[in-house]
Amino acid sequence: MDYTTMRQFADSWGLLAMLIFFLGAIYLAVRPGSNKAAAEASRIPLEDDDK
Amino acid sequence: MRYGAEIVALGLAAFGALIAAAMAQDDPFRAHMWILFFLLAGSAGILLRRTSFEPAPPADPSAYMDGPIRYGVIATIFWGVVGMIAGLVIALQLAFPDLDVQPWFNFGRLRPVHTSGVVFAFGGNALIATSLYVVQRTSRARLFGGDLAWFVFWGYQLFIVMAASGYLLGITESREYAEPEWYVDIWLTIVWVAYLVVFLGTIVKRKEPHIYVANWFYLSFIVTIAMLHVVNNLSMPVSIFSSKSYSAFSGVQDALTQWWYGHNAVGFFLTAGFLGMMYYFVPKQANRPIYSYRLSIIHFWALIFLYIWAGPHHLHYTALPDWAQTLGMVFSIMLWMPSWGGMINGLMTLSGAWDKLRTDPIIRMMVMALAFYGMSTFEGPMMSIKTVNSLSHYTDWTIGHVHSGALGWVGMITFGAIYFLVPRLWNRERLYSLRLVNWHFWLATLGIVVYAAVMWVSGIMQGLMWREYDEQGFLVYSFAETVAAMHPYYVMRALGGLLYLSGVLIMAWNVAMTIRGHQRKEVPMGGEAPAFAPAE
Repeated sequence: MDYTTMRQFADSWGLLAMLIFFLGAIYLAVRPGSNKAAAEASRIPLEDDDK
Repeated sequence: MRYGAEIVALGLAAFGALIAAAMAQDDPFRAHMWILFFLLAGSAGILLRRTSFEPAPPADPSAYMDGPIRYGVIATIFWGVVGMIAGLVIALQLAFPDLDVQPWFNFGRLRPVHTSGVVFAFGGNALIATSLYVVQRTSRARLFGGDLAWFVFWGYQLFIVMAASGYLLGITESREYAEPEWYVDIWLTIVWVAYLVVFLGTIVKRKEPHIYVANWFYLSFIVTIAMLHVVNNLSMPVSIFSSKSYSAFSGVQDALTQWWYGHNAVGFFLTAGFLGMMYYFVPKQANRPIYSYRLSIIHFWALIFLYIWAGPHHLHYTALPDWAQTLGMVFSIMLWMPSWGGMINGLMTLSGAWDKLRTDPIIRMMVMALAFYGMSTFEGPMMSIKTVNSLSHYTDWTIGHVHSGALGWVGMITFGAIYFLVPRLWNRERLYSLRLVNWHFWLATLGIVVYAAVMWVSGIMQGLMWREYDEQGFLVYSFAETVAAMHPYYVMRALGGLLYLSGVLIMAWNVAMTIRGHQRKEVPMGGEAPAFAPAE
């Protein structure tokens, strides 16, 4: 595999895959159903008894 | 037998170092191997004196493992003092070149002692200690791997000592922030993999279903640093008994590899790692959950997806292809968004509790850290714009920028975490003195402000003098004139560093007294609570 092939793969399918992954991660964070899970997760450090 | 395997391993390794010293191909390597021999043989001797043949009591699997963390906090402070003294010395050497002590303590050899000392020794120990503390508390699980955490701690200290002593001997790969030679790099790789195993193993056996966001940041820091370190240090040693190696890359590819590493060391070591610290210790100290957990997730993904591409902005106007320079600039500018999102997230955690700023100097430090995170992540993208970079690059402005991030963000958030940790790790009711924390806060803040402001003036002056042409197209200033013009700023910069260092010395005293169980009698911060008096 030479430089040109890798470069073309990177700026087509590679870019697309990363963009989809990124948008998916953002969607998972902001979708309406995640509100409760996020609120619970944010309490994790505070519910520790600090032994 | 307690420490049996460790003593045997240290003894064999010491023998290996002795052989390497005997077979050495060059003098620095021989000296380095003698240092290693005495370190390993000495450690084996210490363990021999502390060994016993009674069966060791089994560790309580439900209790957190805090031993390596206690050592890590002390190591953080110790290396912080060492690294900052080295910084003060090289600042004075720039102002007064007569202070160069040849050959071991000249500027060229001391500078990496300063940079590695504060970034990897001070910052690295802080990250390892806090990450192991946070991952246990947020996973509600004891560290995975038993004594492996001790190997990580001592192995990392060995890496630091070998790196620093190598620099003073003149052993260097000359790669920015990655100066140690090939054999020290291999050792760090081994230690780092062990660190990953301890951290990831603890997450795997967690009792808490969700992985708290601080652990995401810590994990991205560990994984990315492993990748950066291995790729950047691909090299071929001249001989296995030589301190010299040659990089696998050459020319502009080598330059890009180095700055891909260098910038992401900033991005994943000094930013992502310390953001993990922020996302745990700020909510803990404020006793409030993070302002928006969902924003913290977006902060995480946006930061790691953007940061990794920003490195080429260190190579503007070089042989690097133009598209790569532009790519680095564009991604740096996009980084504004996650950085400021994260800063706002941290600061807003205090909304409704801003009164704590008046009485809690630890919160004050954390807020100052976030403020400097915001400022330096604003300044950085601005400096990555090519037109700005044409003025700022190679000048002291860059040094000022780095220090506003390192002293302001990394230093302050670490001090806040240390002040939070020490009473808890040593089971003390409170710190020795909150008033001293306040002194530390003001000395550090003043030091940073002096340092950054002086470097702005000096750097912009330097850049403008370099590009000053007269009406006939000749350069107005010789290089030596720009150096002479910077002398007063160099003196003031050393003063800023001295202020910052004295704050750290106060912290060392405060922490030592806390560990020894003393409490200073003092008026509480914010004044005495008013006494209730009966109505007349």
